[in-house]
Amino acid sequence: MKKKLIAIIAITVIIVAAALLFFQALLVPKYMGEAFKEGALIAEYYDNAGDNDVLFVGDCEVYENVSPITLWEEYGITSYIRGSAQQLTWQSYYLLEDMLKYEKPKVIIFNVLAMKYGSWKEAGTKAEREAYNRMSIDGMRWSKAKWDCIQVSMTDEERENGGAWSYIFPLLRFHSRWDEVSAEDWQYLFHRDQVSDNGYLMKTGVVPVEGEYHDMPLADYTFSDLVIEYLDKMRVLCEENDIQFVLMKAPTLYPIWHDEYEEQVEAYAEKYGLVYINLLEHIEDMGIDWQTDTYDAGLHLNVYGAEKLSHYLGQVLMDECPGLEDRRTDESVSGKWALKVEKYMNRKNALEKGE
Amino acid sequence: MSFTSISFLLFLGILIVLYYALPKKIQWIVLLAASYVFYFFAGVKYFAFILFTTITTYLVTTYMDRNNKAKDAYMAEHKAEMSREEKKEYKQKVKKKNRLWFVITIAVNFGILFFCKLLLIEPFNTWAAGTPGISFLSIGLPMGMSFYMFQSMGYVIDVYREKAEALRNPFKVALFTAFFPQLVQGPISKFEQLKESLFSEHRFDRQAVAFGMQRMMWGFFKKMVIADRMAIAIGGLRATEQTGVAFFVMTIFYSIQLYADFSGGIDIAIGIGETLGIKMPENFIRPYFSMNIADYWRRWHITLNEWMKTYIFYPINVSGPMLKLSLKARAKIGRLGMRLPVYIGALLTWLGTGVWHGFNWKFIVWGLINCIVIVASEELSPVYDKFHNKTHLRDHKGYAVFQIIRTFLMMNLIRSTDLFENVGLYFKNIGSLCWNFNFHILTDGTLGKIGITTADYLIVLCGVIIMFIVSLIQEKTGKSVRENMQSIPRVVRYIILGAFLIIIIVFGYYGIGFESGNFIYGKI
Repeated sequence: MKKKLIAIIAITVIIVAAALLFFQALLVPKYMGEAFKEGALIAEYYDNAGDNDVLFVGDCEVYENVSPITLWEEYGITSYIRGSAQQLTWQSYYLLEDMLKYEKPKVIIFNVLAMKYGSWKEAGTKAEREAYNRMSIDGMRWSKAKWDCIQVSMTDEERENGGAWSYIFPLLRFHSRWDEVSAEDWQYLFHRDQVSDNGYLMKTGVVPVEGEYHDMPLADYTFSDLVIEYLDKMRVLCEENDIQFVLMKAPTLYPIWHDEYEEQVEAYAEKYGLVYINLLEHIEDMGIDWQTDTYDAGLHLNVYGAEKLSHYLGQVLMDECPGLEDRRTDESVSGKWALKVEKYMNRKNALEKGE
Repeated sequence: MSFTSISFLLFLGILIVLYYALPKKIQWIVLLAASYVFYFFAGVKYFAFILFTTITTYLVTTYMDRNNKAKDAYMAEHKAEMSREEKKEYKQKVKKKNRLWFVITIAVNFGILFFCKLLLIEPFNTWAAGTPGISFLSIGLPMGMSFYMFQSMGYVIDVYREKAEALRNPFKVALFTAFFPQLVQGPISKFEQLKESLFSEHRFDRQAVAFGMQRMMWGFFKKMVIADRMAIAIGGLRATEQTGVAFFVMTIFYSIQLYADFSGGIDIAIGIGETLGIKMPENFIRPYFSMNIADYWRRWHITLNEWMKTYIFYPINVSGPMLKLSLKARAKIGRLGMRLPVYIGALLTWLGTGVWHGFNWKFIVWGLINCIVIVASEELSPVYDKFHNKTHLRDHKGYAVFQIIRTFLMMNLIRSTDLFENVGLYFKNIGSLCWNFNFHILTDGTLGKIGITTADYLIVLCGVIIMFIVSLIQEKTGKSVRENMQSIPRVVRYIILGAFLIIIIVFGYYGIGFESGNFIYGKI
C-alpha cells in the first residue's frame, strides 16, 4: 500500500514537473523576431566556445560594431563577442568568469561605455533595466558566476518580486505571457536559430547622421566604486589566467563619451599598463562615413561600418597584443571558420535583399 | 514576507520540517520563534507594538487570575462562615481590584490602536509623516495590529470575566498574540477556541498536512487568479465615469475581488494552521448564499462579528444602565422602548465595526447602513411573516434564489462604500443607477480598456464558476470539497491537484509588474 502511494506521488510529481517545464519552454521569450534578437546572444556563446583567441565583453557597442568574421578573414584572429543590450560592468565580469570555464583566450577586450552606469538605477527605468538583465543573464548556463551575476544585477522590484527564484524558474517571471503565445513560441519551443555571427548582430540598413548630439551636463562624472571594483576584478582575473586585458571604446556618437570619462579610463590604463583603444579618435583612420556606415544615425554601426572598424581594429590588435597570431593556416580552426564566413556572407546577402 | 511569495513558502516548508522533527514538547516554542521571524520580516520597527501588547496582556491576565484564584480559595475556605452579602461584597472587592488594571490595559492598548489608525488620516497623517520617530506610522498600521489587538484584548476580557484561566507562561501569551498565520488578516480567534490546539503536542498526520496544503492552494487560487485580476479591472474602472452601469459593474467586480481576496487569505491562514495541526475558527461560510443581511453577517467575517457581539453588543445590552433604560422606556413607549437597548447596542457595535475598518466616513456610513438594514428587517419581521404566510412564497424554491440574489445585490451596494473616499460621491453614484444608466460602456469597448484582457475576463469567469460549484457542493453536502474528493481514486485526485497547481502558477497574477501579495484586509 505504502509503495503504491509513493509510486502515485512520484508519478504525479514527475507529470506536474514535466508540465511546468513545458509551460516554461513555451512561455519564455525566444528573442527570434527581428526586434529583440539581442536577447538570444548570450546563450549562443556555448555553441561557439572553445577556440577563440580574443573575447569581447560589453554592451551594444561591441555586438553591433565589431565583426569577428572580418577579423578572421583579414588577420586570422579567432574571436567571439559576448555582448548584450545594456550589459553593465559587473555583468561583463561574470560573463568573463563564465567564459573562462570553456576556453582560455589570449586577449580579452572590454568596451568601456557601460562604466558610466554606476548602478542599475542609472541605466534606464526599472522596467527597461529588468528587461536588459533578463537578456544579459537568462542565457547563461547555471554556475556560481550566474548566481553572483543575478545577485548584483537585480533591481529593487526584482528583489521584491521573487528575487533570484524567477531566474531559477523563469516561468515565475514569464507565466503572464500565456495570452501572448505566438507562432514563434511554438516554433522555437525546443530549439533556437543562431541570430549572430560569433556574437556580432548584423544590421544592413542605413540612417545617416544629421547634426550633432548633445547631453545635459552631469554634476559628477566619476565612475562609481562598484564599477571600479568590477573593472579591477576583470583585470585581476585576466592576470591570474595570463590573458592580456584590453580596454576599448567603440566610435559611436551617442551616448556621448565625455572627456571626464576618457581621462579616468586613460589614467586607469596607464596605472596598470593596459592597452586602451579609443576608436572615437580614429574615425577618419577607419574611414567611417556617418552618412553610410550607421543604421541608426550614429548610435551603432551597420555591417559596412563594422567591417571598416574591424579592419582597423585587427591591425591594432596584431600590433599591440603579442600573443595573437594569424591562424588562417591552422587546420584545427580554418575549416570551422570557413563555414562561419559562408554563413556570414549568406546572412549579409539575405539582409541586403531584404529577406 | 507575503503569503504569496516564494520566500514565505520556503519559510513554511522549513517550519513544517522543524515542527515535526523536533521534540513535540517544544513545538509551540518553534511556532513562537517562527511567528517572531515572520513579524521581523514585516519590519523591526513594528516589533515594539506587539511586544507591548504581549507584555501588558500577560501582566494583567496573570494579576487578575491570581486575584481570582485567591478569591476562590478564600471563599472555599470560609464558605460556611460567610453570609451571602459578605460573599457578594468580597467578590465585588476583588472585581474592583481587577477592574483598575483591566481598564488601564484595555484603554492603553486600544488607545495605541486608535492613535495608529488616527495617524492614517489627515491632518494627523501629514503631522506623523514629518515627525521623526513615528513617520513610519503614517504609511500604514503595524502589521496585523487590528487583529492581534482584538485577539489579545478578547483574552484579557475573558480572564477578567473569569471565562478563561490565564496562561502562566509569558511566552505562551506571546505565541497566542503573534501566531503568524493570523497576523495578516485574521481570523480573530477567541482564547478558548485556540488554546487547546495551539499549545498541545501534534503528531505528523499526513492527511491533515495534505488537507492543509490543499486549503492553502485553494486560497492561492482565489487570491492570485481571481482577486488580483479583479483589482486591476476595478482600478481601470475608477478612471471611468463610475456612474450607472459602470458603477454597478464596479460593485460586482468588487464583490468578487473582496470575497476572493479576503476568504482566499483566510483559506491560506487556516490551511497553514492545518498543516501544523492547529485548528482556527472559520471566518466565512458561503456568505453569498445568504438569504438576508443578518444571515449574511453570520457568514461573513464571522470572527470579527463574534468578537463584536461577545465583547460589545451583549455587554451593552445587559448592562445595568441599559436595563434601567429599557424599563423606563417600556413604560413610556411600549415594545419599542423595551427594544431600545438593542438598538443602542447595535448602533454602537456597528459604529465600532466601522471604526475598526478605519477612521473614515465611508466606514462609519457603511456601519450605519448595515445597522439600519438589520434593525429594520428585524423589526419588520412580523410584517414579513404575515406577508409570507398569506402568499406562501416561501414554499417556492425560486423564492429562496430570489432572496439570495436580493441579499447579494443589497450587500453589493452597501459594500461598495469601500470604493469611494468621498461618501457624497458614493450616494451620487447609487443615485445614478436610477437616472444615468450609461449602458454604452457595455458596448463601446470601455470594459476592454480597464487593464484586463478578454482572456482575463474568461479566467475570472471560470474562477467564479469554480468558486460557485465548490460553494454549492459544500452547502449541499455540509462537507468540504477535500473531504468529498476522498471518494475519488487517488490517481485522479492527485492529477486534479497537480492541474490546479499548474493553473495557479501559469494564470496567477504575481511577479514583476503585478501588485500582488497585499491583501485588502492586511491594510486594516
